Amino acid sequence: MATPGLLLLLADTRFPSGAHAHSAGAEAAVAAGDVVDAPTLERFLRGRLATTGAVDAAFAAAACRAALEGDRVAARLGELDREYEARVLSPRLREVSRQLGRQLLRTVRAGWSAPALDAVARPDGAHQPLVWGVAVAVAGGEPADAAGLVLHHLCGAVTSSVVRLLALDPFEVVGVQVAVAPIVADLAADAVSAASGPVADLPAWGGALAEILGEHHGTWTNRLFVG
Amino acid sequence: MEDDHDHQHPHEHVHEHGAVEHPVPAPTGRPIRIGVGGPVGSGKTTLVGALCELLRDELSIAVVTNDIFTTEDAEALRERGVLPTDRIVAVETGCCPHTAIRDDIAANLDAVEQLEARLGDVQLSLVESGGDNLTAVFSKGLVDRQVFVLDTAGGDDVPRKGGPGVATADLLVINKVDLARYVGADVDRMVADASARRTGPVVTTSLVDTAGAEAVAEWVRSLVREWQR
Repeated sequence: MATPGLLLLLADTRFPSGAHAHSAGAEAAVAAGDVVDAPTLERFLRGRLATTGAVDAAFAAAACRAALEGDRVAARLGELDREYEARVLSPRLREVSRQLGRQLLRTVRAGWSAPALDAVARPDGAHQPLVWGVAVAVAGGEPADAAGLVLHHLCGAVTSSVVRLLALDPFEVVGVQVAVAPIVADLAADAVSAASGPVADLPAWGGALAEILGEHHGTWTNRLFVG
Repeated sequence: MEDDHDHQHPHEHVHEHGAVEHPVPAPTGRPIRIGVGGPVGSGKTTLVGALCELLRDELSIAVVTNDIFTTEDAEALRERGVLPTDRIVAVETGCCPHTAIRDDIAANLDAVEQLEARLGDVQLSLVESGGDNLTAVFSKGLVDRQVFVLDTAGGDDVPRKGGPGVATADLLVINKVDLARYVGADVDRMVADASARRTGPVVTTSLVDTAGAEAVAEWVRSLVREWQR
């Protein structure tokens, strides 16, 4: 039984887990000239949703499922963590994902305690999509909620950072977010399907460009966002 | 007038105004964390650098910076050689420095904890905010005490305007008083206005020389002593 109020709390971009300082690759894309206005923002966002978004959503859904089923939860989350690690080629992006997971876990633990949360507690942090998946489970949500939440936050990170970086009209950007809603719904459904299968078969198409830009971005000394 | 704010005699310039020093919370087994905030260009990085130079021989210090651009302030401190470079880390703030110290402290808290854990022996952690507005104060979840730094040349009406930084910081530093005569600023009025808006101490400084931060360093020393007791 879902608890909408608590899921809305997790979906709030002001939920204090440090995500406000992340652009999900948008800062690097702006610097490369790939994103210059609302149409190119939408193109970039669609690209991220279909690549890293699809992977993250599937892992969040699978982690949520493992947490809800409660059977061998530590082992299953450990396997998901290793499989996710293998899908992110950039060391920089792996490090950022673990940092975000670590930060998110602290925030979630301020409100909840559960064995599944302990299972994603490790000194360097579990990967962020897994922590989101477990958080959704303890908040009363289901795998579909976890997948949707991760995609929602990807949209939020990309759009809000580009508004700040390019001073785009925020109302125009709302239009972009509404325009991508159908693909978000489709991707969330795909993620839930994937999460019911073997872990090794979860999506592995994170996107070479995202990896390269992310790794490159990590070497800048003058960035505004973490990643 | 100038002599009143001569940085060679900093101890004379701690203005106490019926201040009730709030007792520092009981030690938790971790070092005391002190935030340094204030508007852009007020001298936060210079103050942090001077505090490191004045205190590094007596305390094990860690510094987390929050500049607009990732490593600008951290690099300035590293190049100045105020501490070994591995004791200074930078946190990105996604264009919103006040968010990173007040509304969503996750990244800063993570950075402070990681740094304290890595170094192991830290007795004082300084968290420097990115330059922001007069409402930007540190969350109590991130720091135990905070300093707010104003620039004398930034307008002598700023203390009168008040705001959370001026009113609630544990120590208010009115910096660059050596510039007062060049910009027509009335430092006495700044101190009086600030004191009317707060109960905590006000210090006037000139950080042309590191010694100008001695009054602030002494304030920090007393906090550390109390924290460790």
